[in-house]
Formats: sequence, structure tokens, C-alpha cells
Amino acid sequence: MGKAKEAVSKAGKAIYNNIPVFLGIILLIGLVNAMIPRTAYAALFSNNIVSDSIIGSGIGSVLIGNPITSYILGGEFLAQGVSLVAVTAFIVAWVTVGIVQMPAESLLLGRRFAILRNATSFVLSVIVAIITVFVMGLI
Amino acid sequence: MNENSHTGWYFLLVVVILYAVAGILGPDMVSPALEFSSKIIINVIPIFALIFAITAAFNYFVSPRAISRYLGKTSGIKKWIIAIVGGIISTGPIYMWYPLLKDLKRKGVSYGFIAAFLYNRAVKIPLMPMLIFYFGLPFTAILTALMIVFSIVQGIIFEELERGGFV
Repeated sequence: MGKAKEAVSKAGKAIYNNIPVFLGIILLIGLVNAMIPRTAYAALFSNNIVSDSIIGSGIGSVLIGNPITSYILGGEFLAQGVSLVAVTAFIVAWVTVGIVQMPAESLLLGRRFAILRNATSFVLSVIVAIITVFVMGLI
Repeated sequence: MNENSHTGWYFLLVVVILYAVAGILGPDMVSPALEFSSKIIINVIPIFALIFAITAAFNYFVSPRAISRYLGKTSGIKKWIIAIVGGIISTGPIYMWYPLLKDLKRKGVSYGFIAAFLYNRAVKIPLMPMLIFYFGLPFTAILTALMIVFSIVQGIIFEELERGGFV
């Protein structure tokens, strides 16, 4: 198989394999949107920049999957009135903290490294989210 | 079809079952839910076409073997630049990289470099159209720049931890 054909086929397979997850997530967003009133989000997020980002990071840390899923979920959270800092922390933690991958990471790179890397990534996701929203406010 | 793709189909099946249950318990919910979801699908389809094109280009120009040749070869600022570029352009699932990173560690590469490399894997250029679509170009640019900066911060933290014998 030619290099170009292989590159296109690999990209197609990667997207095809993720289609059921994307479709499922989008359908789930629609259902949750119809079932849960917007005011429910206010109960979880208090619009406090620190607690919102910690909650966002916490949710992002335990969920796994293609980063696109976090972008779609984050975008829809934002549309539902969740603060930008919470959504930013959520999408950063989704890709930098990997609670589910930690056993494999521990096994190959060391338990202490895996725990410390995930812990610092969690703290950094909160910091990155707060600075991002602060800088966004300046422009 | 691999095991992961099966999991995806099972997940979709669970969501379809949830819709069926919702249809029985509250039939009024299903139609607005489907309408809301179809709006999202219509919006993201063109973005997926763009992501497909960029991913294919990445697959064509970048290979994991080529990246691994450069990892852990230098020190100083160059080392951080390699960790950033290597992390950003590396493709495939993260667990695929653990054995290679373990090997590099055995060859003397610092935990700081490994941490910075792993952090930069979070910057996904092929997926950026979706991030821009939902959050805009300024947000995407600021977030990406900050993540690159903080990958170095994490790298330096780990170099200090390693020097202090904590890791």
C-alpha cells in the first residue's frame, strides 16, 4: 500500500472507530438537555473561579476518550451556562490527567512518577484554566 | 475491528436503550432530544472532514519511529523544544509510548523530559478545528500556548523532584 493511501486509511479508521462514541455522546447530550433543566448546573457550579475549576478538573480526570469528545461536551456545557473556567479545566484535565491509564503508567514508568505526574497535571489544569480565562478577559 | 471499537458500539447501544426507556417514561422528551442532537451532528460534520484531512496529513508526514529517533538526544533548551515538538506531533494511544519512554529512562533521560513530553501530547493539532469551532480561535491559541508553557513548568518540577530523590 502506498504511503499516502496508508495515511488516509489510518485517518479514516481512527475516525470510523470513534463514530459510535461520538454519536452516543451527542445523543446523550440531547437526552440530558431534554431531561435536566439549565438551573441544575447552577447547583453544581457556584461561579467561584477556584471551586468551579476544581470540579471541572475532577470530572475531566475520571472521564476518558478521544479529546474531541471533551471539546463537544465542554462546548455544550458552556452553552448550558457552565462557566468557561470550569469547562477549560474539564478539557485540560481530560487530556492531561489519566486516572484510568495510571496502572499502565505506574507499571512502566514507576508508581511514584505516575501518581506525581497525574497529581501535578490536575493542579496545573486548574491553574491553566484560571490563567486562560483571565487572559481571555483581557482581550 | 478492534476491541475498542466494539466498546464504542456497546456504548451507543446503551444510549439507544436509554432513549427507548425515556420514550416509555416520558415520550415528550425524545423528540426535542433528537432534534437537539441532530443540530449538533449537522454542525460538527464539516469539522470532522477537516480533522480527517489534517490527521491523514499528519500520518503521512510524521511517524512514531522518526520521533523516537530524536527523543532524549540533547540537553538544555533544545531538550525542552524536542519534548514539546515530539509530544505535539506524536500520534497513537498514550500507552503505546510508555515502553519507549521506559527505555529512554533506562538510557538516562530525565523524568522531567518524559513529563513534558506526555503533557504536550495533550496538544492535538489535527483536532484543533473542533476546539476552534466550539471555543473560538483566541481561546484555542491562548490555551495551546499556556499548555506548552506549563509542560515545561511540569518538566522542571520533575527535574527538581528527581534531583531531590522524590521520584
